[in-house]
Amino acid sequence: MTVDERFSRDLRETMKDRPLGVRNEIVTGPVSDWATDFSHTEPEWAADPYPIQDELRQRCPIARTERFGGGWLPTRYEDVAAVAYDTERFSSRAIIMSNFRPPREIAPIGGAPPISSDPPFHHHARKLLLPAFTKAAVARREAATRAFCHALIDAFEGRDVVDAAHDYAQHIPMRVIADMLGFPPEDGPRFREFVENALEGVNSPPEERVARMEKLFDYLYAQIRDHVDNPRDDLTTYLINVELGGHKLSPEHVAGTMGLLLIAGVDTTWSAIGASLWHLAKTPADRERLVAEPGLLPTAMEEFLRAYAPVTMARLVKEDMHWRGVDMRADDWVLLSFPAANRDPAQFDRADEVVIDREVNRHAAFGLGIHRCVGSHLARMELRVALEVWLERIPDFVLADPAAVTWSTGQVRGPRTLPVRIG
Amino acid sequence: MKVRIDSERCQGHGRCYDLAPELFGEDDEGYGQVPGDGTVPPDEERTARLAVSNCPERAIEIL
Repeated sequence: MTVDERFSRDLRETMKDRPLGVRNEIVTGPVSDWATDFSHTEPEWAADPYPIQDELRQRCPIARTERFGGGWLPTRYEDVAAVAYDTERFSSRAIIMSNFRPPREIAPIGGAPPISSDPPFHHHARKLLLPAFTKAAVARREAATRAFCHALIDAFEGRDVVDAAHDYAQHIPMRVIADMLGFPPEDGPRFREFVENALEGVNSPPEERVARMEKLFDYLYAQIRDHVDNPRDDLTTYLINVELGGHKLSPEHVAGTMGLLLIAGVDTTWSAIGASLWHLAKTPADRERLVAEPGLLPTAMEEFLRAYAPVTMARLVKEDMHWRGVDMRADDWVLLSFPAANRDPAQFDRADEVVIDREVNRHAAFGLGIHRCVGSHLARMELRVALEVWLERIPDFVLADPAAVTWSTGQVRGPRTLPVRIG
Repeated sequence: MKVRIDSERCQGHGRCYDLAPELFGEDDEGYGQVPGDGTVPPDEERTARLAVSNCPERAIEIL
């Protein structure tokens, strides 16, 4: 057996070889006008972005900002869909709207394939992941997920108030993705730090962001080396060994994909579970109906995904162009708000209401087109099991203190503090 | 009634095989597929329409 040399180089040496990107001045503080100065990182947006998006859809359906080096925010479903489908003119080489644009040379692979990849490379990188994330494949994790949810609720014994986000929702995807990647289950709390750094720290100073990213990649490379020495039946060993076009993957591809699965696997589902429980805690009629009619849960769940879609993506404009009435410049950001698309009254009846028996629900919570969330079947399984177990064990719960609920900032939105009274 | 999936449009959201498992299945990569010639039994017509109207990519056709 030959030694796998790909992962023996020091990560920081690898990173030094990368071409430089472009940084812009960091602008923070209150938004003057959402049509010309929008920001997805301000507290007002985090607390309640929907009225802002609804107003923009009426007044200025493709909003502009000079922050983050310049960007656009379409709020109509048809415009969001058009961007998602147009991989010729909008690149995924960066998908977090921040103050840093990675160099053009990193396309079409990007730093976290396949989410950061463009065609034609994207198709091949994505194909490697699909079999592990089919509905049938993730169904094999359902029993363990259900047992874990029960264990989390067992630990509530004797408490009247629990934090449904911190003590329940966040742990479920952390455990599931740790199992899939073959990471130690007790490392869960570290994942939370990685997630917050990647997604919520977009306005931190660049040196700080780089240092935080290095911590994540140090962790990933340590896991990779451990799997090279001790191969096992998990996604990490799979990615180390799998071939694309007759060659094993580059170390950057292996680590980038693992980072993607870790970050995107945790905070998104955590947010979806949390937002659903938040809705039920503040809407007794819906909660009582779901407890009485558990068969309605799959339909209700899709409505929670529509109304509280956790994920917003981003794209970079490839070349200067006039697009649907605005002049876009090369390397402008487009903030791709699936939450805004999901509340467009031109696409959905009663778009601003949560209708838990909505039968026709063509929502875009998992994206549209070639970048459809690769983990959508896993997320749906986790969300369904998390809600089934909670409603079975704790049919009666309310917000303990509505003012104490906090929401994450940035492109993934969900409750991060969610005190509920269960006793 | 018959159903057909446009494989150019299907991205594997799986709404069809979630909502109408009698009419649709998934392939090894999660893309939707129609077993047989896609003929919909009369008592499944409503379910077929439900699948069509919930496909985010509008990839299902009723023939």
